[in-house]
Amino acid sequence: MSTSQTRVVVTGLGATTPVGGDVASTWDGLLSGRSGVRLLDPQRYAELPVRFAGQVAVDPLEVLPKPEARKLDRCQQLALIASREAWADAGAPELDPERLGVVVATGIGGIVSLLDNYDILNTRGWTRVSPMSVPQLMPNGSAAWVGLDLGAKAGIHTPVSACASGAEAIGYALEMIRSGRADVVVAGGTEACIHPITVAAFAAMRALSTRNDEPERASRPYDKGRDGFVMGEGAGCLVLESAEHAAARGARVYAEVAGVGMTADGHHIAQPDPEGRGATRAIRLALEAAGAAPSDVIHVNAHATSTPQGDIAEATAIRTVLGSAADGVAVSGTKSMTGHLLGGAGAVESVAAILALYHRVAPVTVNLDDPDDEIGLDVVHGEPRTLREGDAVVLNNSFGFGGHNVALVFRSV
Amino acid sequence: MANTEILEGLAAIVNEVAGTPVADITPDKAFIDDLDIDSLSMVEVVMACEDKFGVSIPDGEVKNLKTVGDAVSYIEKAQA
Repeated sequence: MSTSQTRVVVTGLGATTPVGGDVASTWDGLLSGRSGVRLLDPQRYAELPVRFAGQVAVDPLEVLPKPEARKLDRCQQLALIASREAWADAGAPELDPERLGVVVATGIGGIVSLLDNYDILNTRGWTRVSPMSVPQLMPNGSAAWVGLDLGAKAGIHTPVSACASGAEAIGYALEMIRSGRADVVVAGGTEACIHPITVAAFAAMRALSTRNDEPERASRPYDKGRDGFVMGEGAGCLVLESAEHAAARGARVYAEVAGVGMTADGHHIAQPDPEGRGATRAIRLALEAAGAAPSDVIHVNAHATSTPQGDIAEATAIRTVLGSAADGVAVSGTKSMTGHLLGGAGAVESVAAILALYHRVAPVTVNLDDPDDEIGLDVVHGEPRTLREGDAVVLNNSFGFGGHNVALVFRSV
Repeated sequence: MANTEILEGLAAIVNEVAGTPVADITPDKAFIDDLDIDSLSMVEVVMACEDKFGVSIPDGEVKNLKTVGDAVSYIEKAQA
């Protein structure tokens, strides 16, 4: 029987990121401070103000069979790779397909396939536009392919909330299990939209770092010299399961998904509320839902995109909710190494937050050379930080253009 | 173009689109039932055939091309 009190746990993790092609190599990179940000093709990006990004460390075409890969947009390829890793990591549970759900989010979806086919339309005419271009461009395509791959029939969903999408997927999956619609849900986020037009578009908002001479040092959350975010690509996936279902099959459990808080700023289409009020409410709601006190929090994987305003708004929100307990909380900004995976960010960073809790070590934040005095948080940098043992929770924040705020709380088991 | 040459070229296309081993792509095989080709990938096969063999295969003809042999014959006639 499932009710709002149903406990939901994480039994599988998967990821492919600029730092590593799987969870183990990504986690190793986040602990050792390895940046995945590199220069892009110098010719293709020559005329743009930003000529670097975080591209995935392992090309999906090296992982997937060619006939499968050619049907898929790159964001779908990454989602399949991450979901297969997560599913295998969970022990590939056998269950009634009508009790298995999929929630894979994206902020932008298959825009690169659309653009490639637009080029074909202009050069060769409509008869050479791929019959796969609609499945490739549709935002729900990644969730649909993952669902087909697993035979999931409880429902397949795609939250779209810009850079909060991946976290919203996990929140949606939690509610899907709590409402009784599914026993197991594969949840995550994916993005692969690095292209001259998207770089130009984000640059037009003055949202991106322009540190072209030092790409690996461009993403620098909380540093005084931060000048915008760094685009990245990648996917993360979690297998969520009712605690009862996981226990019945003897599954290894990483953590409990203890609470989610989702709010909207109601402030501006792209700028964060300067006082972080929407984020504050999201974090508070998530902790309340988890029944956790500020002193239970040992680590925050922060949204921390390296934008001048965003980092301060989030820091204000964290300090407001945690109060004096914030002083003892190890905060990590892993986008300093991965870049900003947009719709994939919340999922990949949830993987990182869960591993930090599981292994009791917080990853580093690189490029924090000159900390901004306005931040006032204990940011982990230099070396990874050992976290205290015992019952505890960690927090993962994700915010998106449009004013979306999602906070997730994971509890030790 | 010789019949065998067309078969080889078509087999390479089906292999590219569906991953079916080239040796399995023989004239008696049906695209949809035997070769992991669905209606969308059939469109891709037709496009690639038009480019490779310099022929036009109208939508109305595609439904008649059930097997690899049907396609080879059609292309051979269209080239003549």
